Amino acid sequence: MSAEVNQKEKVLEVKDLTVSFNTLAGKVQAVRGVSFDLYKGETLAIVGESGSGKSVSVKSLMGILPQNATIEKGTAMFKGRDLLKQTEKEWEKTRAREVAMIFQDPLSSLNPIKKIGLQISEIFTVLHKMPKKAAKEKSLELMRSVGIPEPEKRFNQYPFHFSGGMRQRIVIAIALASNPDILICDEPTTALDVTVQAQVLSLIGEQQRERQVSTIFITHDLGVVAHVADRVAVMYAGKVVEYGTAEDVFYDPRHPYTWSLMASMPDMDLDQDEKLVALHGTPPNMLVPPPGDAFSERNPWALKVDFEKEPPMFKISDTHYAATWLLHPSAPKVEMPHVLARRIQKSLERKEAKARG
Amino acid sequence: MAEKEIVLDVQNLKQYFKSGVGKNKVVVKAVDDVSFQVAKGETFGLVGESGCGKTTTGRTIIRLYKPTSGEIYFNGELISGKLDKEQKRRVHQGIQMIFQDPISSLDPRMTIKEIVGEGLLINKAVKNEEELYARVLKMIKLVGLSEDHLSRYPHEFSGGQRQRIGIARVLATNPSLIIADEPISALDVSIQAQILNLLNDLKREMGLTILFIAHNLSVVKYFCDYIGVMNKGKLVERGTPEEIYENPVHPYTRALLSAIPSPDPDLEKWRGYEVYDPSVHDYSVEKPTMQLVSGSHYVYLSDSEMKTYLNR
Repeated sequence: MSAEVNQKEKVLEVKDLTVSFNTLAGKVQAVRGVSFDLYKGETLAIVGESGSGKSVSVKSLMGILPQNATIEKGTAMFKGRDLLKQTEKEWEKTRAREVAMIFQDPLSSLNPIKKIGLQISEIFTVLHKMPKKAAKEKSLELMRSVGIPEPEKRFNQYPFHFSGGMRQRIVIAIALASNPDILICDEPTTALDVTVQAQVLSLIGEQQRERQVSTIFITHDLGVVAHVADRVAVMYAGKVVEYGTAEDVFYDPRHPYTWSLMASMPDMDLDQDEKLVALHGTPPNMLVPPPGDAFSERNPWALKVDFEKEPPMFKISDTHYAATWLLHPSAPKVEMPHVLARRIQKSLERKEAKARG
Repeated sequence: MAEKEIVLDVQNLKQYFKSGVGKNKVVVKAVDDVSFQVAKGETFGLVGESGCGKTTTGRTIIRLYKPTSGEIYFNGELISGKLDKEQKRRVHQGIQMIFQDPISSLDPRMTIKEIVGEGLLINKAVKNEEELYARVLKMIKLVGLSEDHLSRYPHEFSGGQRQRIGIARVLATNPSLIIADEPISALDVSIQAQILNLLNDLKREMGLTILFIAHNLSVVKYFCDYIGVMNKGKLVERGTPEEIYENPVHPYTRALLSAIPSPDPDLEKWRGYEVYDPSVHDYSVEKPTMQLVSGSHYVYLSDSEMKTYLNR
């Protein structure tokens, strides 16, 4: 499996990305040395709580960080150039054509006083200098491909005429219109109902396979991650704490934060008299990140060294890394929460049974 | 359910909203003929997607809206019509609500002590200042906060802590029914588990009766004794979590269950979902009714549909 994955073409290589915000209270260290790779046609899911730096990381890849943010260091190599060092003029050529983004709230990413059809065909007329008539044809085709019924009628309607799921379909259509190399989805289904979420996820998957676009998918829902991801990066307090293929992270999680995240939500097998594994406390204040492991305060398995020294990324396999002192050879052996162990056991048994036929 | 003490009994509740006049008149059937009962010490979960009428049901029960028709009985007393002062007091003290948004549901200009104690003062449940303080302190400790939090204001707390304050306020008047409207969905994942554990502990220790309104099916399965699935203002299926999750009968329930992504990449990876198409129901000839499947499991279908779906 891993050999096959390694042969894939690297589209984007982010190294040591560090972003901070200047606020009245001081410097907020939102992203602290994040590295990941994105391969051709693959989906990388970034998981974490709000404030873990996942949105800020991808916003810097789109060049849309707010005014008070500074990229302290790091590189993001894409087609032989560093995205982080681009000027605004260069960004205008990159955005939409090469890197596109879908946001959480489809209502605020569409212009409320402009007809849907114009918002889509704008890409063709403005970016690709197409004549109006051809652009309209292209737009209608695009609307059809993302499953909008009666596109001719819908073309002349405004965003408020559309339901949440339909709006998100429009946003996806716009994002994919000029065949970008990278598609960034920032919690695209969080504001939607489960059945609508299912439809939108299927659509994104379909389009992605068809166009072979590489996707970065941000979410906090692990079920959604399992649905879309080839690779997973778990973020906490501005750092990637665990990184690996979906199988690595879901079937063999090593970081205690990943354990807590996975065990904190009830699944269908959880009995009513079992307690959820809840993390106590709240994420650390990023104005003054704690010394050592940022997760140590909330970590029930924390070692003494966690409070003093930051753990490096330990290599578990060629594709799987985790930043926790528990992986150090001289660390004591600890068990993951039994609720989670049981779930993984069940999943693996199911998988084996399926493989045997 | 016959021997159990029924705290809340909702019968054929309808809540229509009208807007516009003349030929522009629109009637939205937010809640359309919904009946269910909640027994003492039990948790009833109402699930459904946004716009299905679950929140409206909760709000009608707490008398925020005047129902179009139907009856609501609280501890055997009809509370959906005109009430006198004494009856109103009993309802307001007896039914309390936990809201979804812990930021907008707390008055920013009141301290925590005032927020938690307000219900006690209004209901004249305490005789003097000392008693009030003791009771507020007890509540705030119950939800995992401490004495020095009492003099602070809501903006000084995190989302999870604010929801704890909301719960303390609700518990202060010792209500016999709590309506929890999406109490965890505005919170972060790791905080959701904290609040869910807290509610679960309180439920067991204090024997709370809860009407739990949510859209997350795995949370409802974990937390509730009975579940009602709502779609477009109708209660389409109800029963115990086991009955509903192991043998969903109504096509909407099946689609809803199928849409939950499970944290297992091998099982989940780009699988298809079951889709619900309301046009499968042809109710022009045969009208649907609430039909018994087994035990306490009911489903809203017509006779011929029952035959098809049960033999599936």
